[in-house]
Amino acid sequence: MPRINSCAELEVLRKDILSQRDPDKPCITLCSGSACHATGSGKVAAAIEQEITTQGVASEVTFRRTGCHGFCEQGPIVVIYPEGTCYLKVKPEDIAEIITQTIKEQKIVERLLYVDPNTGEKATVEADIPFYKNQERLVLGPNRKIDPKSLDDFLAVGGYQALSKALFEMTPEQVVGEVKNAKLRGRGGAGFPSGLKWEFARNAPGDKKYVVVNCDEGDPGAYMDRSLMEGNPYSVIEGLMIGAYAIGANEGYFYVRQEYPLAVQNLEIAIKKAEEHGLLGQNILGSGFDFTVKVHRGAGAFICGEETALLKSLEGMPGEPNSRPPFPAIKGLWGKPTNINNVETWSNIPLIINQGAEAFSAIGTEGSKGTKIFSLVGKVNNTGLVEVAMGVTLRDIIYKIGGGVPGGKKFKAVQTGGPSGGCIPEDHLDIKVDFDELTQAGAMMGSGGMIVMDEDTCLVDLARYFLGFLSDESCGKCNPCREGIRQMLKILTDITNGLGKEGDIELLLELAETTKGTSLCALGKTAPNPVLSTLNHFKAEYEAHIKEQRCPALSCKKLIAFHIDPDKCKACGACVKKCAPQAIEGGKKRIHVIDQEKCTKCGSCLAACPKAFGAVRKISGEPLPSPIPEESRSIG
Amino acid sequence: MSQIILQIDGKEVAAEEGMTILEAARSVGIEIPTLCDHKKLAPYGACRICTVEADAQGRTNLVAACLQPVEKDLVVRTRTERVDKARKVLLEQMLAHAPDSEQLQELGQVYGANRDRFAKDPSFCILCGLCVRYCDEVKQKNAVAFIERGAKREIVFIPEIAVRECWDCKECFPLCPTSALQAAYYLTEALMSPPEPAAPSCGGCKGS
Repeated sequence: MPRINSCAELEVLRKDILSQRDPDKPCITLCSGSACHATGSGKVAAAIEQEITTQGVASEVTFRRTGCHGFCEQGPIVVIYPEGTCYLKVKPEDIAEIITQTIKEQKIVERLLYVDPNTGEKATVEADIPFYKNQERLVLGPNRKIDPKSLDDFLAVGGYQALSKALFEMTPEQVVGEVKNAKLRGRGGAGFPSGLKWEFARNAPGDKKYVVVNCDEGDPGAYMDRSLMEGNPYSVIEGLMIGAYAIGANEGYFYVRQEYPLAVQNLEIAIKKAEEHGLLGQNILGSGFDFTVKVHRGAGAFICGEETALLKSLEGMPGEPNSRPPFPAIKGLWGKPTNINNVETWSNIPLIINQGAEAFSAIGTEGSKGTKIFSLVGKVNNTGLVEVAMGVTLRDIIYKIGGGVPGGKKFKAVQTGGPSGGCIPEDHLDIKVDFDELTQAGAMMGSGGMIVMDEDTCLVDLARYFLGFLSDESCGKCNPCREGIRQMLKILTDITNGLGKEGDIELLLELAETTKGTSLCALGKTAPNPVLSTLNHFKAEYEAHIKEQRCPALSCKKLIAFHIDPDKCKACGACVKKCAPQAIEGGKKRIHVIDQEKCTKCGSCLAACPKAFGAVRKISGEPLPSPIPEESRSIG
Repeated sequence: MSQIILQIDGKEVAAEEGMTILEAARSVGIEIPTLCDHKKLAPYGACRICTVEADAQGRTNLVAACLQPVEKDLVVRTRTERVDKARKVLLEQMLAHAPDSEQLQELGQVYGANRDRFAKDPSFCILCGLCVRYCDEVKQKNAVAFIERGAKREIVFIPEIAVRECWDCKECFPLCPTSALQAAYYLTEALMSPPEPAAPSCGGCKGS
């Protein structure tokens, strides 16, 4: 591999790569992110490769496996350029038709197009699909155009332009100034101004400094950083290098969680290629700037996403947070000034340097600039990764992009900010999504998790779930976090089990206040949020559990029962067949009866009972109707 | 070292840069309760009993006095309703683990803590880490350590090290505020054999 010795050589190489690419030549791209991989994109890729050979179109078409496109609900996704024809849920057996029709004849395979569930209209290209149409994919956008394993692809979309600009046209102070002026805030959770953080590290005394990428994304249901790391590792490396130049560091670390094997693989390939081309190592692009990186795999502790715990873990110590001050910018990795940012934050840096602070900060709200990637999951039609300009309303994200709640169910709440975030109810959906408004609403931006819940979700149970997660994932060092969460979890478990007592809500509030006020790190300080926000918006639900032994969402197993209405049961036996614990006593022409002792409340009977009969009913907070006398059970 | 003037409980205090609130308070005889603090050990901040209220940069926060560095014009209050309430709950949470600890009971009386408020989980250990840190920082033996995390965290002696180091030391014993340490230690001791005694010079009695 030829080493690139100057920015002139970089531009020559870029021109060379682009000149060999005919923009009009058909290019089949296939999403190969983790979600599409799970739905079979590996087999689809093999089918595409084979079919290209079989149909003899190898010279007429390019095939590229790209990173995550975001519309994970509809994967595997195939997009064919230059038209941008978008096929969803593609299976290996669809490939032959795609090649014959679309590549050879320029015809559309109608059945693979997106169909709007509300209007029934089909969309041929990405730009016409509501999920994509309402997004602003500045950071995630390149994912769908490049093969994350290819340096050429990254250069073809303008890769390393920002680095070259920073190294040759800007002083480190100017780079810091640009990031400050862009008003970029950290995308990892707290939303601290990144430029300010960089300035602290730049001004901190010390010859040796470090930069670190936090890719220990651990919020349940969140995978923004994963997709960036898997789909566009060069952009994160480029951002990191610009940061290193700005603060005066020559060594960087990627802290990637163990559970992200593809991210580690693609990152390591990218590092190796960058090293071969002299884009990492000594005297990068002839600028005199030296920079090396290492990849460290996290061992599966959520708390290591907290920056001081992460640095401890990098040093080989148990991942337990330190009190701040001193901040890592002053005393970080091995006691040296360290700047640590999250993956998405680093990915924003090349954008800021390329287009300038002014253009970057033109997008967003007063206090939050640029875009934010969310992982939209839960009870929503279009699950996936969405990137929107700060300031878009929650309602637009859930309904315009997410397509609303499936199955005709009613929206209940959305949980933002991961386990330490909060729930936002229907009447607050018009708040603008930015750091400050979400915090004001009792939730938080966090790293961008967004879980939509419908009327079937019990919010007391949701709070219990998150507190259970945090109880396992707290490092256990400080008393208020470890013990406060343990006690809150115990109370919540009791309430969902029908053992709630008068005074439980007050006790929860008292524990929450102490845990929030006195915990050592952000995990503990925010751990009560799921309790506080659900109590704030859904107190009646807590009270129903405690006072009436009733779960309004009909979800808490200890508080519900299934009952077969004798007037509606037609003795069809559908429920009997589905009942795994054999708790339903049926028989020909005999009204079916559920043995409550044996019932595990799995709900199979409710699902099995034909809609026309509707005999099975879920009840809570009311006494079970008395059993039908044996002699009245015969029908027909 | 430059001098920093701050206010603790209405009293003007002159402190050295780099001192913690706890050190500054002690230098003028203001008592702040502690459990995991020890003069030979680095500040740790686990028990949070030293929580105080501090006004800095226009905001009032609860901070751990043992870790929070002093700063110019800081206003600290060591006993407010909010502080006392937090200490009470923290003590009640610890009393659920070690209801008979004298040190906890004494503090509990000051703050009106009810030792029966939370369901008992008698691990007898409040995870202050005094034993673990003393063995690490002072003795540099690491014979006792934390295992697991979150609600499952506990202390254990590492048998391979303990069998070598602990017999003649046991300096961690008096540090333990709840007696949990002894329990853990004896449990481990029961599982291991004492070190080989030195061979007697006479060759000993064999075959008897």
